[in-house]
Amino acid sequence: MNRSAPTRHDEAWRYSDISAVEAAWPLAAPESIIVPAGGNFARTILQDTGSIHQLDIAVGKGATTAIHVLNIGGDYGRVELNVTLHEGADFKLGAVQIGGGTQNLEIITTVTHAEPKATSSQIVRSVLAGTATGTYLGKVAVARDAQLTDSVQSVKAMLLDRSATANAKPELEIYADDVKCAHGCAIGELDAMGLFYLQARGIAPADAKKLMLQAFVAGVFEGAADEDILIEAALKKLGELV
Amino acid sequence: MLQITNLHANVGDKPILKGLTLSLNAGEIHAIMGPNGAGKSTLGYVLSGRPGYEVTEGSVTFNGNDLLALEPHERAAAGLFLGFQYPVEIPGVSNVQFLREALNAQRKNRSEAPLSGAEFLKVAREQAGALGMDMDMLKRPVNVGFSGGEKKRNEMVQMGIINPALAILDETDSGLDIDALRTVGDGINRIMRKPDKAVLLITHYQRLLDYVKPDFVHVLADGRITRTGGAELALELERDGYKELAA
Repeated sequence: MNRSAPTRHDEAWRYSDISAVEAAWPLAAPESIIVPAGGNFARTILQDTGSIHQLDIAVGKGATTAIHVLNIGGDYGRVELNVTLHEGADFKLGAVQIGGGTQNLEIITTVTHAEPKATSSQIVRSVLAGTATGTYLGKVAVARDAQLTDSVQSVKAMLLDRSATANAKPELEIYADDVKCAHGCAIGELDAMGLFYLQARGIAPADAKKLMLQAFVAGVFEGAADEDILIEAALKKLGELV
Repeated sequence: MLQITNLHANVGDKPILKGLTLSLNAGEIHAIMGPNGAGKSTLGYVLSGRPGYEVTEGSVTFNGNDLLALEPHERAAAGLFLGFQYPVEIPGVSNVQFLREALNAQRKNRSEAPLSGAEFLKVAREQAGALGMDMDMLKRPVNVGFSGGEKKRNEMVQMGIINPALAILDETDSGLDIDALRTVGDGINRIMRKPDKAVLLITHYQRLLDYVKPDFVHVLADGRITRTGGAELALELERDGYKELAA
């Protein structure tokens, strides 16, 4: 397929670093993963070099898939997941992106509940400093027959500087009528009173911020095989920003 | 220990403290009482360095050093502890982690060796036990899901662990039932009633002073101390109200 590079008119690339995308174009075909019925699949994606990751994942009947993402490196980093859930399948995403300077980081997910009784849970946390941009575009599509879908999406971003940007677009497209789809989205700053409380107990400002940010991203990597590595890399990156 | 001289402070553009002078010596417990809006909490925040509380005139020295030149965490390391009227909830950060980090940050600032996990837990267990707080609560996130009384009790546990030279306790008695009030009062006496320590109790009511007997009682009204007396002044205030005495 000889498609030309995307532009800002393409919704999925609207906030991207277009010149970086053009430089990387044409991209290799997305990695295709098929999780057979009843199977279990897990993957950790640590994006720390400035690259584009694209995964197409089909989760078979009654199968489970857990993806953990830490998106922290390079000028432009993108992780794109296209997940299709078959009957009774389960998909879990725990993703953190932490950016400073002029970094542009994004996570794009499309989770399609193609058949009934599938469950999905997505947690995305972004911490942004300097003039960094962090984007999460998350679409959940529920097909007409996919009754008893249960989908949860929790999206939060923390801005450490007023000059940083967080884009968040949770999106639901539901054609079935007996489903549970919860989603929440919040963008904020560190609680000033909380910071003062920590400082009043003797913790230096940078350490107080780090402690609160650690709490903000804590739990996202729970259950990941590489949990310790991810947490260590996240803390190191946070330490560079505060 | 603490010398406040002609202290003026603004919150935003609004003057709140208007020439407050107060002196605390080691071994003394002082109570500051006064009506709503007199500037009691502002005094606590100014002394502990909360951003947005601007000193416009006057001075504060703590053990001979300029307190106002220090950052909040440096004031804590120097031995000052503020017990918050509304202790802050910090989701995701456990009490144990928070307090160990706080204590060791203060120790580092004073060039003392950090406490190991085991050493810290021993101190924490002692203090929590003395204040009737379950160790399980100390493992939970800071103040999250705590009742008003539990938060105040947690402030006292923190004070016991940190073991400061000077405690400013901002309405530590509010939100406490009778039993908790006694526990907290006993805690203040046990931790702070020592020849080398001092306490500034900020309160609306006389009842905490039944448990923690002050050496001095001051009335704070409209940003300055309008009257000073002994413990009996608190009883007088309770009987006659502030209006009569603050005038």
